[in-house]
Amino acid sequence: MTDEAGRRSAADSTPAHFRRLHPLTPVLRGWAWLATAVAFGGQEVLIAGEPSRFLAILPAIALIGFLAGLANWWFTRYGVDGDALRIDSGIFERRSRRVRLDRLQAVDVVRPLAGRLLGVSELRLEVAGGSSTEAPLAYLSADDALALRAELLARAAGIDAATPEAPERVLHEVPPGRLLGSTVLSGMFAMGVALLIALGGTLAFFGVEIAAGVLSSALPGVVTIGYALWNQFVRNFGFVLAESPDGFRIRKGLLDTKAQTVPPGRIQGVALRQTILWRLTGWVRVDVDVAGYGVSSGMDGGGSSTLLPVATYADAVDVLRRALTGADPAGVPLDPAPRRAAWLRPVGWRRLAFGANDHVIMVREGVFFRTLTVVPHAKTQSVRLTQGPVQRRLALATVHVDTTPGPVDATIRHRPEGQARQLVEDQALRSRLARKADVPEQWMSPGPTNDAAIG
Amino acid sequence: MDQVFAPPGETWQRVSHRLVDLRRDLLVGWAIALTAIAAALGWWLLGSWAAAAATALGAVTVGWGLWLINRNWRAWGYAEREDDLLVTRGVLFRELTVVPYGRMQFVDVKSGPLERRFSLATVQLHTASPATDARIPGLPPAEAARLRDRLAALGEARAAGL
Repeated sequence: MTDEAGRRSAADSTPAHFRRLHPLTPVLRGWAWLATAVAFGGQEVLIAGEPSRFLAILPAIALIGFLAGLANWWFTRYGVDGDALRIDSGIFERRSRRVRLDRLQAVDVVRPLAGRLLGVSELRLEVAGGSSTEAPLAYLSADDALALRAELLARAAGIDAATPEAPERVLHEVPPGRLLGSTVLSGMFAMGVALLIALGGTLAFFGVEIAAGVLSSALPGVVTIGYALWNQFVRNFGFVLAESPDGFRIRKGLLDTKAQTVPPGRIQGVALRQTILWRLTGWVRVDVDVAGYGVSSGMDGGGSSTLLPVATYADAVDVLRRALTGADPAGVPLDPAPRRAAWLRPVGWRRLAFGANDHVIMVREGVFFRTLTVVPHAKTQSVRLTQGPVQRRLALATVHVDTTPGPVDATIRHRPEGQARQLVEDQALRSRLARKADVPEQWMSPGPTNDAAIG
Repeated sequence: MDQVFAPPGETWQRVSHRLVDLRRDLLVGWAIALTAIAAALGWWLLGSWAAAAATALGAVTVGWGLWLINRNWRAWGYAEREDDLLVTRGVLFRELTVVPYGRMQFVDVKSGPLERRFSLATVQLHTASPATDARIPGLPPAEAARLRDRLAALGEARAAGL
């Protein structure tokens, strides 16, 4: 939760030690502004076919954008205020946002290509409940961003703020060849190839004239698919997953780079996924739920919620074991769904299974898109039991273990109804016991802060 | 009530029967308005038999609707246990939600103009998961306020981080 988010600070003025963002910020932001203006204005020019007026206005637009950015930069200051990061901004309507550091869910350092050339970074603080990134600090100099990240993490951990960044141990690196292979073995690539083959076929059988027509209508599709594939490859290029006392660290990106830090106890759920094509090579993808990352980064494997974009099953399980205590697929026997579940799921009822130990609940599902979902009891938000009319006839019921928004959802489908009800009761009890033993929010502080009343 | 959705204790706490009144009035109001329009159009376009058919259809719909409303009302129930709140609902698609108090982020008490006329309120419990569906409609305002305060107090006492 953002504490007192967006509260105006008419009374308390910005403390003197607060700092401004990097002076190049207005230039970098103005660039985006100018690009938008060109995109809109350019369209107009193309329609009207008369560029002179637009060209005259363009410098004025650029100047206004730059001045607005400059003013915005001047009035935006940030700093650590007590146990929170505070960002004061706004020219006419002053805005003061406080982000409680003990509630920090993740810290990301994002460097767009232009930012890398100019030596600046964007620092993103993720807190739960925000619709998008709640506190982006764009832009800081690259060194400032790293120093601030270290300070924020140290404060969030409940230790001395001057503690330098903790050492890390690399767990996994994704070689470019495998990343390329995973892109080639994706449904998107298959679709692109099919489209190209269809185009080639049209060219061969119907001649150039018809093929040209087909090509012009299919071209946007080809471009879109190509761009999506390129994006997927570029975003995950050089993917490194490392472990440190601050939690998991992820670095990735070829042009734009991104360095994520997810502190201990912030992972709400993990899912191992495997498409039918990846079964050829035995690769899986590892997705996580982190409160604050939200749902925006879902299935394409390029977003923030990816712990490993492509890995062997053994590596994925190794990472899973480190991410959640007690999450070892070998140590949790899975109980399959009864045979009568085939009425509701003719294909893949055999794959439906779940298992639980003292720490986690595991759910297996899917034939063409295999999924193994692991949710720690300590992170269970609520448990639901649902039963539709057909399930009722078959004496089956479905149990949902709800987690924070994200790509991971634990749904235990089509269990015998007596067992399902028992599971709901058990899960409620297990989650209560597990919460007491969970990692404290300030993960390095000595005292048990977890029982404190925090709204 | 069968075993699967059985209450944890003796019985479920029921929601107010005024919820049935509210829904009945809504149903009858809409049915009269729509039937009148359909009957008038039918009379004008096809003749008197169409108007009669529309009226009959309206009457049957209301009868069926009243039965559904009553059945649905009976399906609602909630129970406050020591550590969690249980809510059950639905007849055709049944649902049982268990929300630990410690997982509660905030409680809403809502009462629209129509609900206020019938002196009813809806209490909804929110957790960090949007899938949590812990809504209890048709509570008398006093009960809604009591539940809200109790849930808030318990939530604070048992609060845990995310």
